[in-house]
Amino acid sequence: MSEPIATVRPEPVEGQQSDSVPHLSFDKLRTNGNQIIRDGAIVRDEWTLIAATHAEPLPAGRVIVPLARWLAERDALTARITEQNQPLGVWLDGHEDPAKLADAIHRFAVIAVNFPKFADGRGYSIATLLRSRYGFKGELRAIGDVLRDQLFYMKRVGFNAFAVRADKDIHDAVKALKDFSEVYQGSVNQPLPLFKRKRVPEIA
Amino acid sequence: MYKYDSYDQTIVDERVAQFRGQTERFLAGQLSEDEFRPLRLQNGLYIQKHAPMLRVAIPYGLLSSKQVRKLAHIARKYDRGYGHFTTRQNIQFNWPTLESVPEILAELATVEMHAIQTSGNCIRNVTSDQFAGIAHDELIDPRPYAELIRQWSTFHPEFAYLPRKFKIAVNGAVEDRAGTLFHDIGVHAVRTASGEVAFNILVGGGLGRTPILGHVVREELPRQHLFTYLDAILRVYNRYGRRDNMYKARIKILVKELGLEKFRAEVEAEWAHLKDGPSTLTQDEIDRVAAHFVDPAYEKLSAVSAEYEKRLLDNKAFARWVSRNVFGHKQPGYAAVTLSLKKTGIAPGDATDAQLDAVADLADRYSYGEIRASHEQNLILADVKLSDLFAVWEEAKRIGFATPNIGLLTDIIACPGGDFCSLANAKSIPIADAIQQRFDDLDYIFDIGDIAINISGCMNACGHHHVGHIGILGVDKHGAEFYQVTIGGSQGLDAALGKVIGPSFAQDEMADVVEKLIKTYVDLRHEDEHFLDTAKRVGIEPFKARVYDKKAGHSAAEVANV
Repeated sequence: MSEPIATVRPEPVEGQQSDSVPHLSFDKLRTNGNQIIRDGAIVRDEWTLIAATHAEPLPAGRVIVPLARWLAERDALTARITEQNQPLGVWLDGHEDPAKLADAIHRFAVIAVNFPKFADGRGYSIATLLRSRYGFKGELRAIGDVLRDQLFYMKRVGFNAFAVRADKDIHDAVKALKDFSEVYQGSVNQPLPLFKRKRVPEIA
Repeated sequence: MYKYDSYDQTIVDERVAQFRGQTERFLAGQLSEDEFRPLRLQNGLYIQKHAPMLRVAIPYGLLSSKQVRKLAHIARKYDRGYGHFTTRQNIQFNWPTLESVPEILAELATVEMHAIQTSGNCIRNVTSDQFAGIAHDELIDPRPYAELIRQWSTFHPEFAYLPRKFKIAVNGAVEDRAGTLFHDIGVHAVRTASGEVAFNILVGGGLGRTPILGHVVREELPRQHLFTYLDAILRVYNRYGRRDNMYKARIKILVKELGLEKFRAEVEAEWAHLKDGPSTLTQDEIDRVAAHFVDPAYEKLSAVSAEYEKRLLDNKAFARWVSRNVFGHKQPGYAAVTLSLKKTGIAPGDATDAQLDAVADLADRYSYGEIRASHEQNLILADVKLSDLFAVWEEAKRIGFATPNIGLLTDIIACPGGDFCSLANAKSIPIADAIQQRFDDLDYIFDIGDIAINISGCMNACGHHHVGHIGILGVDKHGAEFYQVTIGGSQGLDAALGKVIGPSFAQDEMADVVEKLIKTYVDLRHEDEHFLDTAKRVGIEPFKARVYDKKAGHSAAEVANV
C-alpha cells in the first residue's frame, strides 16, 4: 500500500498561519494510525491527501487533490474517475470558493475542507454551502486543525468525516459528537429549527 | 420574562457538562492554553490581572428576583462579595478560581442563567432597551425578538468561530435606547406605510479602535425574515471578514472596504437562497415567545396619586430623586425607578451581595419580582406604583442605591479599567472617583444638568467613550497612564462620535480638566441648553482654549513649586 503523501508543516511564524498547506504532518498522521472518524465510527482511512505543493504525478489509489489541481487537470482527473473507475476526492482551503465545484459536485467521492487553525470558522460556511446549496451527498471531511471541541459544530454543518489532528486522541474526540442532545437553529444535519420540530402547537 | 422550557434547560445543562469536561481536560494538560482560550471565552471566562473574570449573561438586561439572589450568592460564595454590572447589560465576577467556574455555571443553570457567548469571536449576548415593554414611545416590545435572537445565536454552528466578536442590539421604540447605531447589527423597529411593524437592519456600527456609525443595509424587513436575513449577513461576514489582523476583523471594516452597496449586494444575493427557507419565523413561534412578555397584572390606578404628590411637595430630597431617577410609564399610576449604582466612592456598576439581595427583595415587594440592568450600569425596577415610590426611595437610600444622579455628571459610565482588566492601558475607576469627588455639590450638579461622561481604559471602548458628551480614553504614553479627552459624542438616533480636544492628560489633571470643560459650558450656555447642545453649537475650540490655556499656567506653577 502506498504511503500517504502529505507535507510536513513548517514551523508556524508567530501570528501567521499558512493558508495553503493542510495542518497535517506525515509523522503525526501515522501516529494516529491513519484513522479518521466517519459517520460516528473510528475507521481506517484509505485516502491519500495530496498537498498543494505536490507537483509530481498522482499516485495510484484514492487521492484527495487540492482544488487548484482539480481545476488545472480537470479532463485528466475526470478520465481517472470515469475510465479508470478510480474514486476521486478534492480539498478546499478556507479562502477557496466552493462554487468552483458546483458543476462537477457529483463526481467527487470525498470533499475535504481544511481548517488552517481550529479558530478559523470559514470552513463551517463552506460545508454548509457544499451540502445545502450545491447538493453534495458524498463524504464531507474536515481536515487540518480538527479538534474535539469543534466536532459537534462541524457535524451540524454537514461534515460526516473528521481527520482529527494526529497528536490528539481520536477516541476521546469522537465523544464530542454527542455533546448536545438538542439544538435551536436549523442547520445541514437538521434543517428545521427547534420551533418547527418540537415547539409547534399541538394541532400541527 | 422568558421562562425556560425543557429544551432550553437541556441545552444549558449540557453546556455546563461540556464546559466541566473542557476545564478538566485543560487542568489535566490535554488542552493547551491556545486550545482552551476560545472555549473558555465563549463561556465568558477571561484570565485577568488578579484572577479569572467570569462574565455572566443577562440577556437583554432582564432578571428575576430569584436570579438576582443567585448572583448575590455567587458573589458571596465564589467571589469577594460583589459583582460588576457592565455596559452590555451583563455582570462580571472578578475573583473566582478557574476550578470553581464549572460549579458556578451549574448554579446559574438552576435559575435559567449561563455565561454562553459573553466573550470570544462569536455572536455575543444580545442587548436591548432597558425600558422595553413600558416605554411610551414603543412601536413594538423588543424583548420577544431579542429572546428569539438569543436562541437563534446560541451555539449557531456556522458562526461560532467568526473573525471577531459580533454584537447585536434590538430597539423597539421611536427613541433608540439600545445603541443600535453602534452594534455590528442593529435591529430597529419601524412602522411601514401600510401600518405594519418591520425592522430596519443596520450593519457595521461599532466603537473600539475604529468607531463608525452603522448603516441601514435593509429597510423594512418583514419580521418573519429576521433569522434568514441575519444568517445571510453572518455568512458574508464569516466568509469574507478579515482574519489576518484582529484590529481589522470586525464587520465594520468589511463593510467599509467593500462599500455599503457591494456589501448589500453580497448579502442580498445570499439571502435570495435563504429567504422563505426552513429558518423563516412563524407567527406561532413569535406568539409563543411573546407570551412570556405580557404585562404584569397592573392595578387599575389613577394617573395621579395624592399621597405621592404630597410627598413631592413635602420632601425636597425625594422630589429631587424623582426628577432624575424615575421614568414615565405607559400604565397610569406606575413608574420605572432607576437605582443608581454610581455613588461616589464606589466603582461605577459595582454591587455587593447584600445590595443584590436587597434589590431582589425590593423587586418582590414593589415591582413584580423583576429587575433590569441598563447599559449605563444601573438597575431598574420597571413597574412601581406611584404610591410606593416614597417607600422604594427610602429603601434604596438604606442600601446606597438612591443617589439622585441619573443622567447627571456623576452618573459616570466606566469600564473596570486597569485595576482589573489586562487589556487596559490605564485605570478608569480612579478617574471616575476623582470626578465624582470634585463635583460633590448636588445643587451644582443639578444646575449643570444632563451630561454623560464615559470612561474607557483602552481602545476597546467598553466604557463607550466615543459617545460620551465628555469621553475619556486611557492611553499609554511612554509607559505612563494618560487620558485623551473627547467632547460632543452622543447616543440615540442622532448619535455622534466625540472629537478629540487635544493632547492627553495625566491622571491627576483629569478632575481639573473636566471642571474646566464644565465651566466653559456654564459660561457659554444659552438658557435650556445641555452640555451637548452647547458643545454642538460652539464646537470644541472654546473648550480647548480654556483647558489648554490654563493647563500651561497650571503646569508652570507646578514646576515652580517643585
